[in-house]
Amino acid sequence: MNNCLKVLRAERSWSQGDLADRLEVSRQSVNAIETGRYDPSLPLAFRIAELFERPIEAIFVSPTKETL
Amino acid sequence: MRSVAARRYNRSVLWLSGAYVVLLLGISILFKRNLLGGPIAYPAALLPALPIIGIFAAIGRFIAEETDEYQRMLLIRQTLVATGFALTVATVWGFLESFDLIGHADGYYVAVLWFGGLGLGSCVNRWWERRA
Repeated sequence: MNNCLKVLRAERSWSQGDLADRLEVSRQSVNAIETGRYDPSLPLAFRIAELFERPIEAIFVSPTKETL
Repeated sequence: MRSVAARRYNRSVLWLSGAYVVLLLGISILFKRNLLGGPIAYPAALLPALPIIGIFAAIGRFIAEETDEYQRMLLIRQTLVATGFALTVATVWGFLESFDLIGHADGYYVAVLWFGGLGLGSCVNRWWERRA
């Protein structure tokens, strides 16, 4: 699933490790989500959205909208 | 940094592996010296199996307790690859053996195959990680 996590992270000058610490996940997880290799669960997506103070749909691109 | 569940799993596997070596050597020596016989031989022969079963349980606990969902997904994929690999080889071997085309292999080799399959699963995960 495409997302703008990398951009949001860069805006705050956070490394993947910094973001991982804030989300209490591994750096590998952040990398996998950023590169679209792994779609986070809804609870983790909410944690990400709350951390960046944005709605989920402002961070993650809906797969149905990608194909339109 | 490894999670609490991963550290607990590593510790468990270390202890269980040590217990396996000690029990296997001890029981093998007792059987070779004909010190075990009768009904007691059955539970004694099963003793080395217990740490192996313990490792299966430790992997199950690791999956259940891993809080990082991505790591949990990798672990589940690794165990699925291991299970598929072990069952495939066991099935192929079983048919070849039943038609007398290959020698007999003891059943516990399925566990050996499964542990080997975990290594294969780890390779699949690494390939997946480098894919993007």
